[in-house]
Amino acid sequence: MARYILQRVFAAFVALWILTTVTFVLMHAIPGGPFTRERNVPEAIMRNLDAKYHLNDPLWKQYLDYLGGVARFDLGPSFKFPGQTVNDFIRRGFPVSAELGIIAIILSMAVGIPAGIISALRQNKWQDNTTMLVAIVGVSVPSFIIAPVLMYVFALKLHWLPAAMWGDWKQVIMPAVALALLPLATFSRLMRSSMLDVISQDYIKTARAKGLSELAVTWRHAVKNAIMPIVTYLGPLIAAILTGTFVIEQIFAIPGLGRQFVWSVNNRDYTTILGLTVFYGAFLLIMNLIVDIIYGFLDPRIQLTGRKE
Amino acid sequence: MSIVNGVNPGVFGSLPDNAFEHVGPIPEEQNLIVRPPTTYWQDAWRRLKKNFLAMCGLYVIIFFIALAIFGPMLTGYTYFGQVLQDANKAPSLAHWFGTDHLGRDELTRIFYGARISLSIGIVASVINLAVGALYGGISGLVGGRTDNVMMRIVDIIYGIPLQLVVILLMVVMGSGLLNIYVALGLVYWLGMARIVRGQVLALKEQEFVLAARMVGADQRRLLLRHLIPNTMGPIIVTLTLSIPQAIFTEAWLSFIGLGVAAPMASWGVLASEGVGGLRSYPWQTFFPAAAISLTMLAFNFLGDGLRDALDPRLRR
Repeated sequence: MARYILQRVFAAFVALWILTTVTFVLMHAIPGGPFTRERNVPEAIMRNLDAKYHLNDPLWKQYLDYLGGVARFDLGPSFKFPGQTVNDFIRRGFPVSAELGIIAIILSMAVGIPAGIISALRQNKWQDNTTMLVAIVGVSVPSFIIAPVLMYVFALKLHWLPAAMWGDWKQVIMPAVALALLPLATFSRLMRSSMLDVISQDYIKTARAKGLSELAVTWRHAVKNAIMPIVTYLGPLIAAILTGTFVIEQIFAIPGLGRQFVWSVNNRDYTTILGLTVFYGAFLLIMNLIVDIIYGFLDPRIQLTGRKE
Repeated sequence: MSIVNGVNPGVFGSLPDNAFEHVGPIPEEQNLIVRPPTTYWQDAWRRLKKNFLAMCGLYVIIFFIALAIFGPMLTGYTYFGQVLQDANKAPSLAHWFGTDHLGRDELTRIFYGARISLSIGIVASVINLAVGALYGGISGLVGGRTDNVMMRIVDIIYGIPLQLVVILLMVVMGSGLLNIYVALGLVYWLGMARIVRGQVLALKEQEFVLAARMVGADQRRLLLRHLIPNTMGPIIVTLTLSIPQAIFTEAWLSFIGLGVAAPMASWGVLASEGVGGLRSYPWQTFFPAAAISLTMLAFNFLGDGLRDALDPRLRR
């Protein structure tokens, strides 16, 4: 177990290092410095700016400084917002995004998993067909299309919910639903096929034969085993939610980190793009690591030292 | 007949041979082939045709491709022609899908958008097919330490959030159609590489590979002529399912401002332009949104159907 965890941690660090390096190189490959603008800035000011942000140092020194900063959780200043650091953006935006993301994850699991179970128990009946139809629509219709549709119907036509902004619990509902739909659909599809696998096995027949109630068979024997493969989807789920927030926060004008990231991309705030990419990368890698380790503990059959195919 | 004669020669001995009728299977007819032999592909096609949803998906895709090719010629408008006094018109006989904020015909722009979005889906998928199939094929065929190293690299890249890399590439290269092809094609080949490697590992122990080796095929020929053609089933399924992914990713990039450059418009650009005026001009969001959703649905249905048709063992 310790060896497995160590291996995973090591791989995650290597991945993070590669991501940081690639991002750093790409951001420095862009022609022109960060302060190259249409309006001419006096020579002396340019020199001062370059000196303040160490832009005159050789590239390898800037790279090592940056890596050192990353190791100390210091992602440097923003070039477009003077006086603000990338850490400030994260401190301000991440709690909002995290709140939205967690609500969406809970929603997708709370609806998707039971839907998948019901679907498998009523295979090829109307419950199954309806769920699977909704699921394939959920997989096919992107969240940035669901969001405007929800907004149009529930805010602009029915006036049930506020159209945008953040703060009130009512303002959480639509973005959370839009964000949750894709993972919800994926959960129900995965849960269905996993349940179908399990309920055709012999030990389920045994459980029925010894006279257990249908509820006990489903709950204690089938679901408990079928839920295992679902855990592997948690990693991609977090990534999907995260990329979803880029768009959803934009549409609903939510002051989260996703909107900040899109803003810096559009305004070419290179240090912020670099810093937030490293932050997101580290976040996702840590989440995947946790999921991997949980999976290792949950399923004793998994080969801990072997590699995953 | 000899049996008959052998059983009771006294009674039948005087009868001529043609008085007897042959009972039981006739040797000549037994060798007759009634049903023509079907190849793997004919078989798959037969199975696919039975799948209603997959065929619907296929027809929708063909219809959309036809619209993408011929549509722009039929509307009488161009995708860039602005008529400012006609801005934001609701759907009418003159403009079936209405107009956008610059008075451009929405239907024409959606047809052009189909060209861009579908081409992105197809080109990006073909690039990652080429990269992924070669990478996975070489890894599986050579095996041993090479395979180990190559797959470790894939494992590590797998850990990197690829959406972020695509965003970075687009920031660096600047928006534009060609850059999207390259960015999507170069980043999303990992899944293909894993699938092809798995298939090649299983196939390379088979007799036909040994036979090919024996008549002197080198590794290159073995891979391109024998192994990859034999993994076409899974490759096509992966390809079909990766096309909507590419279309989706492009639309998503457009939404955060990194899509194709104006005045060109993919469906993602059209949808994101429409969202701003959702309150007053909902059709500007509705039509491109419907186009994206229908295409994604069609490809997903077709992909699921192809998986069932090409690999019946996987069928649930």
